[in-house]
Amino acid sequence: MRGFTLSDFETMLWAVQWTATLVIIALALGGPLGLLMAMMRTSRNPVLNGIALVILQIVQGVPLLGMLMFFYFGVPVFLGIKVPALISVSIAFTVFAAAFLGEIWRGGIQAVHTNQSEAAACLGLTRWQSFRHVIAPQAFRIALPATVGFLVQLIKNTSLASVVGFVELARAGQLASAATFAPLTSYACVSAIYFAICFPLTQWSRSLEKKLHVVR
Amino acid sequence: MSFVDIKNVRKSFANVEVLKGVTINVEKGEIVTIIGRSGSGKSTLLRCINGLESIDDGEIRINGEVVHDKATDLRRLREKVGIVFQQFNLFPHMTVEQNITLAPTLTKRVAKGEAARKLAHEVLSRVGLEQKIDAYPEQLSGGQQQRVAIARCLAMGPELMLFDEVTSALDPELVGEVLKVMEDLARQGMTMILVTHEMNFARNVASKIVFMHAGKVHEQGAPAALFANPATPELRNFISSTH
Ligand SMILES: Nc1ncnc2c1ncn2[C@@H]1O[C@H](COP(=O)(O)OP(=O)(O)OP(=O)(O)O)[C@@H](O)[C@H]1O
Ligand SMILES: [Mg+2]
Repeated sequence: MRGFTLSDFETMLWAVQWTATLVIIALALGGPLGLLMAMMRTSRNPVLNGIALVILQIVQGVPLLGMLMFFYFGVPVFLGIKVPALISVSIAFTVFAAAFLGEIWRGGIQAVHTNQSEAAACLGLTRWQSFRHVIAPQAFRIALPATVGFLVQLIKNTSLASVVGFVELARAGQLASAATFAPLTSYACVSAIYFAICFPLTQWSRSLEKKLHVVR
Repeated sequence: MSFVDIKNVRKSFANVEVLKGVTINVEKGEIVTIIGRSGSGKSTLLRCINGLESIDDGEIRINGEVVHDKATDLRRLREKVGIVFQQFNLFPHMTVEQNITLAPTLTKRVAKGEAARKLAHEVLSRVGLEQKIDAYPEQLSGGQQQRVAIARCLAMGPELMLFDEVTSALDPELVGEVLKVMEDLARQGMTMILVTHEMNFARNVASKIVFMHAGKVHEQGAPAALFANPATPELRNFISSTH
């Protein structure tokens, strides 16, 4: 047995890169997919709309932990292949981010008054041009605070990846705790690191929200 | 055939028939003013003219082109038919210049950059707002915003302009500046169809007045004659209610 030392803390800080990796992958892949979901959900095509709605309801109805298990344990068995933890965990978080960002952005798109797309149509813009230049920029502004808020949720939720043995910040804390028998110190450090990352983002989201209210 | 040929147009929302066979002819350079009570279908008619609303029966032709024909390219048509709304509908995240040049540059009528800015400057001078070219809509008064909306329309080089109660959302002291811009346009020979509650403007500027009542053209004619001798009690009531 050994005591909790600074090097344990450093190991945790080192593990933050894997938390960050998960977040970045989830945003980089889930973001565009979320945009696609938002566009499908606001499209006039009932088929596209329906498909997006079904996907959304499945993702919203299943706990994130369940999805992680599904992609880590379930899918590889089903396909008969071995999938690295990083891949299966990334898929789960990508799906998660796509669904929730999609809903946030759908709300933003729908909050832009129909007058705006009508004005764009009257000027001879195509539906895509109207979305790209008129609707999306306004929707983005409206949805920015909620998007940053979701980012905070995403960062905290990556801790669930520890359940399937993926070593990110929370899992590093577990390992340190097991090695040092200092759970209180270990988990206090983990929490402090999460807080140090998320608190500024939460504040940013708050200030964005205030700014938006002033403008509207 | 007239420049704008509206023939027997019918339009229902759900089960309510809002336009019950409307026929109006507008010649090139004419200023046609549509008046009538709230709910008589004036806005709906304007929206049908530029294809924002579908129609159930009848036909609308602009310069011979059938608006509600499947083969008609509505986007191209709308470049020739401008519409200005009561609520301005400027794009709040863009400057005045961007508001004006967005459509002309996207539709490749003008190149981005110098040429676009020149176009913005030119149409803004027609509404007396050159100095506001870099302002955002929220920095402008209602009257100025509405003039920018008119300039944005002009930048498309329209052959026909539709105005739907464009002064109704304005503070009374700002109405005049917008009406003046419209008068100038009229004098320059723009073909215009406008819905308005400004009876003096209708009287002085319009070449023809159309009184709509319950989804139909109830009476129409030259302003002087129509206001002096309304033929129907409905128009008589309407005129006296606006004084
Ligand atoms: N999109 C719509 N769906 C259902 N009903 C509608 C729609 N648009 C208009 N109507 C109805 O059609 C009728 C005519 O509306 P319209 O806006 O054309 O009247 P208007 O003459 O412009 O009135 P106002 O002077 O108040 O602007 C009204 O009874 C209105 O409620
Ligand atoms: Mg109206």
